Amino acid sequence: MPGKLKAKIVAGRHLPVMDRASDLTDAFVEVKFGNTTFKTDVYHKSLNPQWNSEWFKFEVDDEDLQDEPLQITVLDHDTYSANDAIGKVYIDIDPLLCSEAASVISGWFPIYDTIHGIRGEINVLVKVELFNDLNRFRQSSCGVKFFCTTSIPRCYRAAMVHGFVEELVVNEDPEYQWIDRIRTPRASNEARQRLISLMSGELQRKIGLKVLEMGGNAVVGYLQCFDLEGESGLVVRAIGTACTLDKLSSGSAPSTNTHIHPNTAPASNACNSPSKDGKEPVFGEDLPSSSGPPTPFRALPTSSSSPPPFSPSKPCSRQSSSSDTDLSLTPKTGMGSGGSAGKDAGPLKTLLRQQTQTALEQRGASSSGLLLNAREFPFFTLTSFPPGFLVHAGGVVSARSVKLLDRIHNPALGNTRSYKLLDWNSVTADEPETRDAWWEEIRQEIKSHAKALGCHAVVGYSESTSICEEVCILSASGTAAILNPRYMREGCLDIGSTDHRFEEPSPPSCGFCHIPYDELNMPFPAQLTYCYHCRRQKVPDVLFTTIDLPPEAAVTGKGCLIQARLCRLKKKAQGEVNATAISNLLPFMEYELHTQLMNKLKLRSMNALFGLRIQISVGENMLLGLASATGVYLTALPASGGIQIAGKTPGDLSNEHHILTIQKRINDTIAKNKELYQINPPELTEEAVGSPIPEPRQRSRLFRSHSESSDELSELDLSHGKKDAFVLEIDDTDAVEDIHSLLTDTPPPTGFYSCNTEIMPGIYNWTSGVQMFTSVRVFRLSNANLTNQGLNKIFTDLCENLLKSFYFKLRSMIPCCLCHLNVTVAVPEEELIQVAVTAVAMTFDKDQTQEKPAEKVIQKGSGEIEEQLQFPLELCADSSSTSTQQSSKISGTVSLLTPAAKLCHNQLVMVRSAGVPETSNVSSRAASVDYGSFADRCSTWLELLRLKAHTIRRGSVKTSRRTQSLAHSVSSLERGSPLPEGRSRSLRSNRSFGGSSVTVVKMTPLSFLPGTRIIKYLGIINMFFIRETTSLREEGGVSGFLHSFIAEVFAMVRAHVAALGGNAVVSYSMKECVLMENPNKNQAQCLINVSGDAVICVRETDQEPVSSSTNIGQSCSSGTDGGAT
Amino acid sequence: MAVELDVFVGNTTIMDEEVYQLWLDGYTVNDAVKVRMEGGVLEECETSADVLLSDTMDQYRTFQMCERLLHSPAKLANQLLFQIPPHRQAILIERYYAFDDAFVREVLGKKLSKGTKKDLDDISAKTTVTLKSCRRQFDNFKRVLKVVEELKGPLVENIRQHFLLSDKLARDYAAIVFFANNRFETGKRKLQYLTFQDFAFCAGQLINNWTVGAVGEPVDHQRSSRVYMDVDLDKEFLQELKELKILITDKDLLDQHKSLVCTALRGKTKAFNEMEANFKNLSRGLVNIAAKLTNTKDVRDFFIDLVEKFIEPCRSDRWTAADMRLYLTHYTNSAHILDTFKHQVVWDRYMGVIKSCIFKMYHD
Repeated sequence: MPGKLKAKIVAGRHLPVMDRASDLTDAFVEVKFGNTTFKTDVYHKSLNPQWNSEWFKFEVDDEDLQDEPLQITVLDHDTYSANDAIGKVYIDIDPLLCSEAASVISGWFPIYDTIHGIRGEINVLVKVELFNDLNRFRQSSCGVKFFCTTSIPRCYRAAMVHGFVEELVVNEDPEYQWIDRIRTPRASNEARQRLISLMSGELQRKIGLKVLEMGGNAVVGYLQCFDLEGESGLVVRAIGTACTLDKLSSGSAPSTNTHIHPNTAPASNACNSPSKDGKEPVFGEDLPSSSGPPTPFRALPTSSSSPPPFSPSKPCSRQSSSSDTDLSLTPKTGMGSGGSAGKDAGPLKTLLRQQTQTALEQRGASSSGLLLNAREFPFFTLTSFPPGFLVHAGGVVSARSVKLLDRIHNPALGNTRSYKLLDWNSVTADEPETRDAWWEEIRQEIKSHAKALGCHAVVGYSESTSICEEVCILSASGTAAILNPRYMREGCLDIGSTDHRFEEPSPPSCGFCHIPYDELNMPFPAQLTYCYHCRRQKVPDVLFTTIDLPPEAAVTGKGCLIQARLCRLKKKAQGEVNATAISNLLPFMEYELHTQLMNKLKLRSMNALFGLRIQISVGENMLLGLASATGVYLTALPASGGIQIAGKTPGDLSNEHHILTIQKRINDTIAKNKELYQINPPELTEEAVGSPIPEPRQRSRLFRSHSESSDELSELDLSHGKKDAFVLEIDDTDAVEDIHSLLTDTPPPTGFYSCNTEIMPGIYNWTSGVQMFTSVRVFRLSNANLTNQGLNKIFTDLCENLLKSFYFKLRSMIPCCLCHLNVTVAVPEEELIQVAVTAVAMTFDKDQTQEKPAEKVIQKGSGEIEEQLQFPLELCADSSSTSTQQSSKISGTVSLLTPAAKLCHNQLVMVRSAGVPETSNVSSRAASVDYGSFADRCSTWLELLRLKAHTIRRGSVKTSRRTQSLAHSVSSLERGSPLPEGRSRSLRSNRSFGGSSVTVVKMTPLSFLPGTRIIKYLGIINMFFIRETTSLREEGGVSGFLHSFIAEVFAMVRAHVAALGGNAVVSYSMKECVLMENPNKNQAQCLINVSGDAVICVRETDQEPVSSSTNIGQSCSSGTDGGAT
Repeated sequence: MAVELDVFVGNTTIMDEEVYQLWLDGYTVNDAVKVRMEGGVLEECETSADVLLSDTMDQYRTFQMCERLLHSPAKLANQLLFQIPPHRQAILIERYYAFDDAFVREVLGKKLSKGTKKDLDDISAKTTVTLKSCRRQFDNFKRVLKVVEELKGPLVENIRQHFLLSDKLARDYAAIVFFANNRFETGKRKLQYLTFQDFAFCAGQLINNWTVGAVGEPVDHQRSSRVYMDVDLDKEFLQELKELKILITDKDLLDQHKSLVCTALRGKTKAFNEMEANFKNLSRGLVNIAAKLTNTKDVRDFFIDLVEKFIEPCRSDRWTAADMRLYLTHYTNSAHILDTFKHQVVWDRYMGVIKSCIFKMYHD
């Protein structure tokens, strides 16, 4: 009995009238935990009952404490008939199980009924007494902290980052059980809510156990998702990053502020950047040398081939070139497997078997030694890192796989279901194993892509699914990266013993851009130049990532939201045929989305994308693709060369005129955008100096030259002369449409900015105005023979209009920025497109926007040469994986940028052009390639391709030197020209809001609230609600229904946070919003899943040390001030 | 192709004051959009009609959801559904309970019953206030009346506390409730020139001086017999008013009173002759009003009587407002000098109110 749970029901208010005769209610309460139920007395004839009950005590296992919610049911007593339920409150008591989180739950909770919504409130007190249990074999994992935040939570320091944890649990969906036919919708909904609550609890507990086994005490970047697979069940899965976190005591915090002031810092070049993570204390404390014991991270198989940290060689380059020889626990997977990814299905099959077996073995093994998990996948769900953690970012890696959710109806099996996937292996897998195996495949895929990029880790990693009927697309993506292993070790931080791993240390403001792969043996063709910032290492011309912009990165101008949107019609089909059709479409979609992104990026004269998230949603008759990212001009990367339009048939005068017009429009737009986003990179004079300009390499050999895809790609490889312009070719009306659509993106109105990352690059002085919002739109297509083009336009307009209406609604907040704009699309029914957005609008002080926090840009040795070698983006695919074609299972994995897709899409041709440094507008000859024949080949190829993989690679160069920890207390985020400014500035005006009153709960999808600092994390909020109505019209139609439901969800989240003693939710997100409607029957049902971290934050005081006030994020490091209650 | 669903929900509920006013004024969504477009918001914010429509619908929905809470404003402060900053809550409530003077003038003194509610469309047509808005205002009156009817204590304070209204608005509601409760006639043609604010002022005077509550906290033994409320006029006081009749029935007293007043007025006003000539009529008018107030019917006619018996004669004699002031002051004060007149307290309580009411009502 390791725990005693105590609950007390105090009072109710605003109860609904349950007795029409008296207009009053005779309410009482049932309190249930596990199988134990207590009741309060009936409080007669009142809408504001005062029960003031005794303490109800439940003696339970801590395992149950973790899994079960406390269930409170309010009922109306009825002498003659059955008591009527008024509503319920589920309270997750997990936050009470961790000593550092909340100690008591006390407050008013909305009483929620799945049919009627919120019906009054109830005041409840909950406490837990835990007894210590040192049982080794315990099944509970009390005390492990969970954070949704994808960075090291403020007010903690990461003593060690252990790595990837994942788990999934499966159950039957109560909605599809036979009993559902005879029970009320309310009972069914409640069964579902309760089940999901239980499953989430169980999942969290299991992940906690893994973390404990790894020696960690927390999960950061915890991402939990539901897959409502319908008939085949309900999957709850989660991933996260296991860490050992140390709480910063208030005493130690101030000391962390004693960084050397930027101005006094020597060699101010590198690093004065405010860490927006507020975790610099960690790294500010220098810890012993890197010669610690091996850590989980170091033990990573992928890094095993890289030399130890002290090696003076350039391991990453080597690594990429020698990746074939990498030791890996799963040698048969990864890029190496691409070699056999030919058309021959036989080898593929074998390969997959091996791969899956390996995976299964590991899984089996992992039950005894969970550490393996981390070894398997060097993935990190974090998107922003302690300074120095991220050495290089290679580029986005992604993988998708199409699966059939196929359930064997076998009454004899009862609840157990077997999936045919593993039949060939004669393994009778039950469901979770199947799902595990699916994800395992994808993760292997990702891992191998990363390796191909010369990277040993994947950061900003996330997974998602899209389900339509029995087809399920699994997706995973992340950013291949090289991390500094020192941060993986216990007590890892030593600036003292400089790592000589790299000849030249790279400044943090550009180091992450440097290519991680070997320039002589690049995994794919790319154009490299010397870094425009440090001039020492090579950088690619464009960098795509899924992470947040590192706070210390050098940026020119402001960033902006860039979205690529795409609709593809698909024939309605069933089963395997359907799955095949979808997996055939995927690469084309990915390619097109990528092309759009690239064009839009160029149109804004930017050269990097952060927070890239590509979502592909499947519906019965169409696929929707939406890619969102934040475009930025990284000072370290070469300038974009603009966009050049080329006609297919030169000589046609009218046509040429037309092209000129378009070209002019494009040039105008670019010029306008430059002004809008203040992109005015320093003119680089052609100084002949320093580093030699490497010969531009024509890479005909792709990373996996033996793979079919790369063969094709090399044919594709258009080696035109070096141009720095990006060429668009117009050869038909479609292409014209595309270009038009490119130009129709309207910039946000004056005073508005938007981005999908945590904060807007180029804006530093946030003020206190915060408005989090959720918006949902559903669009009904009037069927009439729609074309892909028509659909695209509708979809694009839908997204654009949505943004416009945000700008309009929030106009009173100007100047403001929409941050963390998270857009999800779905096809809930045929002819319906649903777009859901959660974002936060934050105000900033316009007057100060021009001032950078503090910057010093390194004066690059003038002795270094400036060179601009621009290579066009090159795409490369490796079909590293295999096709599975067993029984009824189809699985295909597609990753970004398939060459195949490129081949087939011939309206837009990306032409490789190399930069001629002095003139940016050199007209380039577009060499177009006739892809016609290619397309044919491709399509056959595609048909066979079941698992495809590719990767966008972007270069980066290593940084070995860790930034001085002190350095980042001042921002190096710089805007405009990289001239040293010589003074450090407070980022934010000190006018901060005083918003932390007892009742006000702020919510934000970001990990911080401007103007405040978080002093305590109270626990994770993870709530799932179902709402149903049979009087849709009366509730104001489907809009009215959803509007009140979302408002109710917000209210319940706020109430829980307030009851925990918190005043804000950070890293809030709406994971799921599934709406089903049937207006004819006057019915609708909606499911919403939200999560976030409950916190206490206090106003930042004015007298804080400068260094801590230089950045929003740094809140936790300053002294205490009273505040929130 | 159509937007099937379109919602926007902020953690802090977003409310545009302009749209709120349009909603309160009973505009349909489409009309509201038109009004907003005419206001130039499109150009100002570089946006489109679709966006405006979407925003307007959204706001209307929010207001509809809030309306339930606005019916008992105290709930707005501790409900959990909408997070609205306190100052915004105050604005929402104040605006919701605000009313059109034109509308209230029509229903002032009428019984707040279903019957009256049925007449709202006529009133709507007459006042050009939309029917929807009329209904809201009417329901507000009814709601306030229903709550305060059963409460003891000062009327204005009760309204202020239960509906969280500003002092000014609470006073106006007190007037409306008071008028509705006593059914004062305000609709006659002769009273048309009076505005709601004139009546509200008079109501304030009556509430403060002629009700039970006006005398102050009643002593214990009184509580059983007299309910401490200021929705109703003080019955005992009304009875006592009958005693004032002596001022007109006793010929000596009347003459004495007249001579005292005339002495005081002589040479101070151009209208002296008219005052002297009309004194007896005017005095009879005022005292008769006082004497009849025990009849509910006559209470209802209080204002019309004031106008007919006093204001109109004076106006036809072209008294100025200053004349009126002068006359009434001396008229009131002179009564104190009359040796045989023993009802000074009642006289003051009566004339104090009459004086201020007439001052307020004496205009074009």
